Amino acid sequence: MHKLGYCRLSTPSMALLMMLVSTLQTVPAQAQTRASEFTLSNGMQVVVIPDHRAPVVTHMVWYKVGAADEPKGVSGIAHFLEHLMFKSTEKIAIGEFSKIISRLGGQDNAFTGQDATSYHQRIAKERLGTLMEMEADRMVNLRLTENEVLMERNVIMEERRARIENNPTALLDEQMAATLYRSHPYGIPVIGWGHEMKKLSREDAMRFYKHYYAPNNSILVVAGDVTTEEVKKLAEETYGKIPANPDVNHRERPTEPPYIAARRLEYKDPRAGNASFHRYYVAPSYVTAEPGEAEALDLLFKIVAGGATSRLYKKLVVDEKIAATCGGDYAGWGLDSGAVSIYAVAADGVGLDDIEAKVDEVLDDVRANGVTAAELERAKKTFLADYIYDSDNQARLARRYGWALTVGRSVNDIESWPDAMSKVTLEDVQKAAAKYLDIRRSVTGWLLPEAAHGRGDGGKKVKQPAVHTRS
Amino acid sequence: MILNRWFGTRPAQLRALTAVPLAALIFAIITTLSGPAHAMKIQTIKSPGGIEAWLVEEHAVPMMAMRFAFEGGSSQDPTGNEGLANFLSAMLDEGAADLKSREFQERMEEISMRMRYEDSKDAFYGNFETLTANRDEAAKLLKLALNNPRFDTDAVERIRQQLQAALAYAARNPEKVALNEWYAIAFEGHPYARPSAGTQETVAKITGDDLEGYRKRTFAKDTLKVVAVGDINAEQLGALLDEVFGDLPATADLIAVSKTSPVAGGRQKVVEMSVPQSVAVFGLGAMERKDPDFIPTFVLNHILGGGGFASKLMEEVREKRGLAYSVYTYVYPYQHTSIFSGSVATRNEAIGESLDVIREEFKQMAENGPTQTELDNAKKYLIGSYPLRFDTNAKIASQLLGLRMDDFGPEYIDNRNDMMAAVTLDDVKRVAKRLLDTDDLIVTIVGKPTLQEGKEG
Repeated sequence: MHKLGYCRLSTPSMALLMMLVSTLQTVPAQAQTRASEFTLSNGMQVVVIPDHRAPVVTHMVWYKVGAADEPKGVSGIAHFLEHLMFKSTEKIAIGEFSKIISRLGGQDNAFTGQDATSYHQRIAKERLGTLMEMEADRMVNLRLTENEVLMERNVIMEERRARIENNPTALLDEQMAATLYRSHPYGIPVIGWGHEMKKLSREDAMRFYKHYYAPNNSILVVAGDVTTEEVKKLAEETYGKIPANPDVNHRERPTEPPYIAARRLEYKDPRAGNASFHRYYVAPSYVTAEPGEAEALDLLFKIVAGGATSRLYKKLVVDEKIAATCGGDYAGWGLDSGAVSIYAVAADGVGLDDIEAKVDEVLDDVRANGVTAAELERAKKTFLADYIYDSDNQARLARRYGWALTVGRSVNDIESWPDAMSKVTLEDVQKAAAKYLDIRRSVTGWLLPEAAHGRGDGGKKVKQPAVHTRS
Repeated sequence: MILNRWFGTRPAQLRALTAVPLAALIFAIITTLSGPAHAMKIQTIKSPGGIEAWLVEEHAVPMMAMRFAFEGGSSQDPTGNEGLANFLSAMLDEGAADLKSREFQERMEEISMRMRYEDSKDAFYGNFETLTANRDEAAKLLKLALNNPRFDTDAVERIRQQLQAALAYAARNPEKVALNEWYAIAFEGHPYARPSAGTQETVAKITGDDLEGYRKRTFAKDTLKVVAVGDINAEQLGALLDEVFGDLPATADLIAVSKTSPVAGGRQKVVEMSVPQSVAVFGLGAMERKDPDFIPTFVLNHILGGGGFASKLMEEVREKRGLAYSVYTYVYPYQHTSIFSGSVATRNEAIGESLDVIREEFKQMAENGPTQTELDNAKKYLIGSYPLRFDTNAKIASQLLGLRMDDFGPEYIDNRNDMMAAVTLDDVKRVAKRLLDTDDLIVTIVGKPTLQEGKEG
């Protein structure tokens, strides 16, 4: 309700993905989610998370491949393949995969990110074996016809229209990400650029599939009313029978040149609603950060931009009354990079230059002076409480473990997260602010509710009209 | 960004099928039933002060979730004050008693308490979660929010700005516009026709007194429904209920809302918006929740458009023709009406074709009904997946409150799968014929659709 419009991390609870379970003093023993892990002889990793409250299971297979692994010019193929994985195999007739799951009383879906592609189902525990047989089958036996590929390509074009092209904030976001990363493929949208998606072919999909879909490039996560022994037996009977692929592609991605210049852009779109201010900074992720840095960034961004008690909200919305709302987030789950994001929606009649000046005032203050002890304590409490609240949801837990392992973190990293969080000091937070809230690492975006005219501004400072129009 | 394979909004499936006001006993457990989650036992309790609630004890995680609702919602917004309930839902963490907005919000954070509100057309919902260690303190804050909210001028103005910015944003969101237009046409002249979030004009005029007026009229014990799940026992919950709700007035003072149905005879309206993809909302009147045909309608919905990839519309519109990423239907019983509705989004040039396909599927289903296999498959899903609605404290709480809002008893959960199993092919054919009259279909389209002449109306 308070947060509107655009948010880069549009998936619920993504901010919590990297935080995990473990030894909180307030958590009684039975609530400490303890995952067990083992590896099949073909190299497939397996994680089991017990939750015996209801007779259901969450089953996920994660492939260590995502949009950032696509060949140049073939953007969108990782996500397109994810759609095509629901077509057919020798054993499963066309379009039957989801229907069979449905007849078993289960629910299934899949998603694609820059670093991971995941297929997941929730189902009564007795059906787990059948499910695993089906998922193992399509890991290597996918069949695709030209016509299916063409029809599904229309579907992803509609998906792009719905998610991106009908939505001005999503269009700006796409441009900002493309500007934030100069060489690394995180600058290319997961769904793909429209002009490249139009040309995606059956061959592109099959090539990508053959290169990346293999037991030795995947992780199985099962959460719910099962034991490790049960999962082990079923996994050996299903996924375990697929030979490892010695030629599986390993991720080798371009890296970024040094950040020496702040970048900015504006996007004018009459559909935009209120004018809004957006900024991203490149920051390390939990994978790339020095120990403790990512935790400090999580805490910093909770304090600076998380909700109605944050510094930005207090300054821009409560005290100065120049923004209708604002917020921000640290996205720390990437394999090669993280990012922090900030946004503010202008109040009526307020120019984005005023908003930007106040945002920079708040950020400069934390860069120079850090945060207070009371703020840090409150932020820690919030994260640790979120952890307990989140342990209520087995699907969410499965997702955390799956994601973390897909980008190369360990079960131990996940389970020692609350410890690492509680050790962060005021100095750590201030250092992280000073180091990463460096304007040279950033892209600033203005979204203006105006018609684009294509003329240059003749070197004049871009000024937003003082009054914006509403329909 | 993460892309999911598909998404859809199916509110009818979020409401469990549901439950009956409880016999008045002194603080005591009235019934204990075990639900689909093998260990789940529903206790129906009454606090020493007389407040009834359902409770599922679950001590594995040191937290509890409490959901509650007051009858009313946006249909209780006075004429000219549209958006009032929605405004109130954003104001209850903006300070109460001696605590100003920021103090209140910091206090909530310090004790890791979660509290949020939302309004529907028929009710005002509260959602409260607390860690066991902080339960007493959290209950005190919740009590203050419900009984003594401050509505300070600066807080009211701040939230007004946010709501108006949200309205400006929604005015350019084709999906939201199509939905609002649909209700405006379907229920013209009835409170259901009005946008729950109000308009720029009505939100501009709402005052702190209006908010307090709404609160006083609708927050009352006689229309309150409460459920709790988690690390709390019946006695502790009884004390918490009295603490939080005990001081509310005994009876609410509600504006009467009449029964209604979507306008008959069919309508189509196009709202021009410069977007590459048109969004259409389509729908018509349906069976009420207590109609014996409701359960067969629920099954029919699953077959036609509610069952994701297993549904006919997904098959015909997305899989066979590649016309849309998302197409779905749902059946949604309101307190004073019931609708069968759905949505599809397709590029402007092809939205007409999508709607033609959907109309054709409606007609086919009305004439012939589903096949026995389609029915069997739908029942297998609906029965087999029922336990998936009860695997977290938060979901159990939502399911139970849904049952209570529809005036069912806890035994509903035990009987529900038998009711599904009893649905016959004749039942579904009968309801399809009764329900799916495309001459009554109300369609709103937002975008720049290219529609063939003669297809409109």
